[in-house]
Amino acid sequence: MAPRLKLFLPLILFVAMAAFLFRGLSLDPQALPSALIDQPLPEFSLPVLGQEQLIQRSDLLGEVALLNVWATWCVSCRVEHPYLLQIAQDGVPIYGLNYKDDDAAAARWLTQLGDPYRANIADREGSLGLDLGVYGAPETYLLDAAGVVRYRHVGVVDERVWQTILQPLYLELTGEGSGG
Amino acid sequence: MIPEFGHFALIIGFVLAIILAVVPAWGAWRRNSRAMALAPGLSIGLLVFVGISFACLSIAFLQDDFSVQVVAANSNSLLPPIYKFSAVWGNHEGSLLLWALILSLWTAAVAVFSAQLPLLVLARVLSVMGAIGVGFLSFLLLTSNPFARLLPGTPADGNDLNPLLQDPGLIIHPPLLYMGYVGFSVAFAFAIAALLGGRLDASWARWSRPWTNVAWAFLTLGIMLGSWWAYYELGWGGWWFWDPVENASFMPWLAGTALIHSLAATEKRGLFKSWTVLLAIFAFSLSLLGTFLVRSGVLTSVHAFATDPARGLFILVFLLLVVGGSLTLYALRAPSVTSRVSFEWISRESLILCNNVVFLVATITVLFGTLFPLIMDALGGGKYSVGPPYFNAVFVPLMALLIPFMGIGPVARWKRDSVRRWQSELAVPAIVAVLCGFTLPLLNAEYNLWVALASVLSAWLLLGLLRDLWYRVKSAPSLAAGLRRISASYWGMFVAHLGFAACVIGVVATSQYNIEHDLKMSPGDTEVLAGYEFRFVELAQVRGPNFVADEARFEVSRDGEIIARLAPQKRRYLASGQVMTEAAIGAGLFRDLYVAMGEPIGSDGAWAMRLHYKPMVRWMWLGAILIAFGAFTTVFDKRYRRLRKQAVAGASGEALHGA
Repeated sequence: MAPRLKLFLPLILFVAMAAFLFRGLSLDPQALPSALIDQPLPEFSLPVLGQEQLIQRSDLLGEVALLNVWATWCVSCRVEHPYLLQIAQDGVPIYGLNYKDDDAAAARWLTQLGDPYRANIADREGSLGLDLGVYGAPETYLLDAAGVVRYRHVGVVDERVWQTILQPLYLELTGEGSGG
Repeated sequence: MIPEFGHFALIIGFVLAIILAVVPAWGAWRRNSRAMALAPGLSIGLLVFVGISFACLSIAFLQDDFSVQVVAANSNSLLPPIYKFSAVWGNHEGSLLLWALILSLWTAAVAVFSAQLPLLVLARVLSVMGAIGVGFLSFLLLTSNPFARLLPGTPADGNDLNPLLQDPGLIIHPPLLYMGYVGFSVAFAFAIAALLGGRLDASWARWSRPWTNVAWAFLTLGIMLGSWWAYYELGWGGWWFWDPVENASFMPWLAGTALIHSLAATEKRGLFKSWTVLLAIFAFSLSLLGTFLVRSGVLTSVHAFATDPARGLFILVFLLLVVGGSLTLYALRAPSVTSRVSFEWISRESLILCNNVVFLVATITVLFGTLFPLIMDALGGGKYSVGPPYFNAVFVPLMALLIPFMGIGPVARWKRDSVRRWQSELAVPAIVAVLCGFTLPLLNAEYNLWVALASVLSAWLLLGLLRDLWYRVKSAPSLAAGLRRISASYWGMFVAHLGFAACVIGVVATSQYNIEHDLKMSPGDTEVLAGYEFRFVELAQVRGPNFVADEARFEVSRDGEIIARLAPQKRRYLASGQVMTEAAIGAGLFRDLYVAMGEPIGSDGAWAMRLHYKPMVRWMWLGAILIAFGAFTTVFDKRYRRLRKQAVAGASGEALHGA
């Protein structure tokens, strides 16, 4: 009987895999671990890309801003980059989180492709990324003036994403800011 | 009205698929030859009605019928007609319809070209294909109706096709890829039919082999085109990213590669029967898994379709039925006794076993890397992404391990061979290969160890093949007579293995010797790269049918002679406002010159430019074309024609063999 039982092995492995796939259906890979929504941005103190000085959480406060996670190794970051330049020109403050990247390559990228960022946090080891729950680049976080994470978008920010998701939230938050 | 006709034709196709799945299978069970004989007719009917449905959707796209939802979302009146047509499969619903069309195409092809098969086998095979058709057509009709209307509220114009997909490569990439994916359903159906009939023999392997080779060849071409497209369209010169969707197409290819080799051993020597059946099930299951991954939203990817959990659940249930069902059947019916045929360790059989182990490990590696983020997430282990470093670290050594055995393969004899014979046959190729490894990299300025290794391995493959060819030809009265005597399937193997060697050279040379300059350039500037002088002549504004673009005009010269004019563009598509980089490539057999525009810098016409020198990058795709060509060639082998006659003679064989 043993040889026959052995033939069931592929079936058993497949059923185990299917269980994961089923579980996967109810998980949204683009969703932020709920713990961070409406929670303050984690504290950090990391170098500014290409400079000696450090940047901290407090430097990002005071206005509604985007925090964009990017890297030169990231395929989709290159796709969204021109659009980030565009919204930065429209006056939206964007901070960069240069994630697990090489400083020199990142600096070259910015000089060549243009720099939409107010400042770039050089997260070489990915420690802030870990705290944020970044699971891949690009990701874009919407922070309010008090430094609370209000939204997280995983994937490319293009015209559609900006106009249908991020901009309405952004306008709502800035409207609150001027009202209060 | 045309979309409603299309919808109706799809429903008729669905009903025919149900009949095809049920009636001939019942006939095969009850030995009712009238019921079994319905199978070919039903298969052709299925093709006709799914074909009508597909034609109706194409007409809706070509006529700019924006009252149809998918047309409004994926086309635009300014789109050139050829892209209106390819937009049919540039979206979830339409591509699924294409999938169903290709499935019915394969089903009808089996019905027509395998008419000489024993009726019992043919009825079972076609029934299995019909059952797969039921799954896909019900998926279309229940969750993804391509003919849904936007009434009232028809938009004046459509949203346009994603500019990334407005490209000649993308017109034929999905159809070829699906021909491959879906083609494995034939191998799968033959495997299931063999399990149902309880006869796993050499004739089963011989029947399914040509189909499997053709499907695999299509898949090879499809993957190659995808890689080529990424190279010139995405604008940064990469050609493989280990993206989940790429992996989804690569896994069936890897399993399929193991399958076509294992089928050879089953056909020629009656070996590895259960294993080959299992591989046939794997190859098609991985195709279905790919569909699930791309369309369910469980993984993020740059080219995933708009996703929907209801669709994901549907495919998962379908996957459970097809894969779970077939693996259960396998567990119950596969012969558990070790086959009586034996072979020694030094033989072609063990080399095929090596191939199978390497490709299976490669498949599992890619599968694991692709699913790892999902598994960790499901276990509550956090969010992960698995990138190229993992895949490269596992994949490169695996392929390097494969090639030494691959070089011996053609020379080796079935059943029993001797190390001494291998030594005498292959000593010269081995020495020459090592010499090639030392000398070939010297052609380039810097000596590179990886290129040396690739040269040794490719030369070893090439020389092993030539040695074997010589061995086969030398006893013939003349060279021409000797070459004529060689079978089509041998030529197919020869060309495909040659193509693999070319791929290895291309991949390694381009990864190692690639030169890339990113710099700021104004009109009039020049930059020298690997001896080529790139002169930025002028900047121009051009207007396309549905975009406006900045165009940088370059002259590339070598030794003062102009050898190429390149005009990369930065396009802005009017309907969506999306900005796309259109790289310009001066292609050559030994090097590609690649220019892509970055961003404008300042207002004086200066731009960030990306210049690449990519040696031998074409070899990779030419190699893939050779591989596919080789696999197509095998189908013309004489023995498949002879087989038809035999099949007619022995048609009643299994009916007597009985349940």
